[in-house]
Amino acid sequence: MKKTIITVVGKDTVGIIAKVCTYLAENNVNILDISQTIVQGFFNMMMVTDATQSPKGTDEIAEELEHLGEEIGVSIRCQHEDIFNMMHRI
Amino acid sequence: MINLFEVNETNKMISQENLDVRTITLGISLLDCITDNLEQLNENIYNKITTVADKLVATGKEIEREFGIPIVNKRISVTPIALVGGSACKTPEDFVTIAKTLDRAAKTVGVNFLGGYSALVSKGMTRADENLIRSIPQALAETDFVCSSVNVGSTKCGIDMDAVRILGDVILETAELTKEHDSLGCAKLVVFCNAPDDNPFMAGAFHGVTETDAIINVGVSGPGVVKHALEEVRGKSFEVLCETIKKTAFKVTRVGQLVAQEASKRLGVPFGIVDLSLAPTPAIGDSVADILCEIGLEYAGAPGTTAALALLNDQVKKGGVMASSYVGGLSGAFIPVSEDQGMIDAVRAGALTIEKLEAMTCVCSVGLDMIAIPGSTKATTISGIIADEMAIGMVNQKTTAVRLIPVIGKDVGETVEFGGLLGYAPIMPVNNYSCDAFVNRKGRIPAPIHSFKN
Repeated sequence: MKKTIITVVGKDTVGIIAKVCTYLAENNVNILDISQTIVQGFFNMMMVTDATQSPKGTDEIAEELEHLGEEIGVSIRCQHEDIFNMMHRI
Repeated sequence: MINLFEVNETNKMISQENLDVRTITLGISLLDCITDNLEQLNENIYNKITTVADKLVATGKEIEREFGIPIVNKRISVTPIALVGGSACKTPEDFVTIAKTLDRAAKTVGVNFLGGYSALVSKGMTRADENLIRSIPQALAETDFVCSSVNVGSTKCGIDMDAVRILGDVILETAELTKEHDSLGCAKLVVFCNAPDDNPFMAGAFHGVTETDAIINVGVSGPGVVKHALEEVRGKSFEVLCETIKKTAFKVTRVGQLVAQEASKRLGVPFGIVDLSLAPTPAIGDSVADILCEIGLEYAGAPGTTAALALLNDQVKKGGVMASSYVGGLSGAFIPVSEDQGMIDAVRAGALTIEKLEAMTCVCSVGLDMIAIPGSTKATTISGIIADEMAIGMVNQKTTAVRLIPVIGKDVGETVEFGGLLGYAPIMPVNNYSCDAFVNRKGRIPAPIHSFKN
């Protein structure tokens, strides 16, 4: 099962996690792990997700999350986990 | 489990430090297209390329989106055309028809360069080789996306000086035919010694005859990433400097390995190699010369440059080799003048000369690359510069290359603008003392003694 990494970066504000998680729930994307931190007012979150049961493809999800990010005022990226695994593990 | 810090590091490399996959190059063999009927040959070539490369650009975009890594170029390389057209082509003009077919195929498929309008003549030229070489000026003037190369020397065979002499004329003629565009044609022509069969970078890419029917080769690039990593270790020892470069090169090359494997899987084409060259672009923050400055030089070209480049090249290889299952192509640091803002600045400041660049080519992978010289330079002088570079490659058992651009109508002090990834360059002075008597001797320089390894 290949995982997707969703990263959210931007100015901290109320409701970021709620809105992103609502979108994922609506699209049947299962959240496996969340880590999140706030540095100098900047919100930084990484979610490890499983999108295999979603009716939408990763492409579409990535695009919709990007738009959602623009609405909230943060930057949301959605990437296949392999790019991180390859770079940071031997 | 991957953590937040690592994810951020990767994404920062991509968004702020110009980490990208410089090219996915699909190598296609045209050997099965060979026939002695020119029209049929052209049709076979067009059909083969457009069939095999049909999904290349779309797959590149798909991988880009899924992994979030820019794949800047999708390109194609083919079997050296001198071999493919050897039977059907009786004149240089016949070869030009093939160049046009390649151009058409490139446009249909959507790639931005197609390399392989080439001849391999390290020992000597066949009639077909010579016809192709003499057709190069017209072929490059009348097409947009075709790239050409000629391998005139190797450690095993020596240097074919007859070809070197002809190429001085060919380069000048190419410059002349494209003078309306600042002699841009010459930016699409490379002269090689020890050319590799699997180089994914243009303009010297071709699909060697030792390769399979089709292959995926990937070129990564991250000069910005390396420079950024070095900013953290200013003033530290050589050990720390080298380790930093090595580890960074590992990470950069891993991206290339991933993209190569994915592209191979999705296109159903075998994975060839990752070329782990450090290739700059004109963009700010994407410069190899800046890395040299970060290592501790005021400008690229200052004393210490050759040593710094040697160290950089070596550490890039050491880190990159661990990162990929197959490494090949050129795999070293690139020092193209027009494609690197730091190099351009160094030339402008008077810190970097052609002679110093020649020394640097002894320790890095490419050669005298994207160098604009006065349009009044003699053909024999150009041949002499080529001969020098070929000798360096031959004796040091490495690949070297020459991509010189004599800009017709312009001289030292002026600038030439190529645009896009080809950048712009100040015209560099050339030593104009004569080598006519040397270049005009017939024949070839024999292979060096240390090529006899048996």
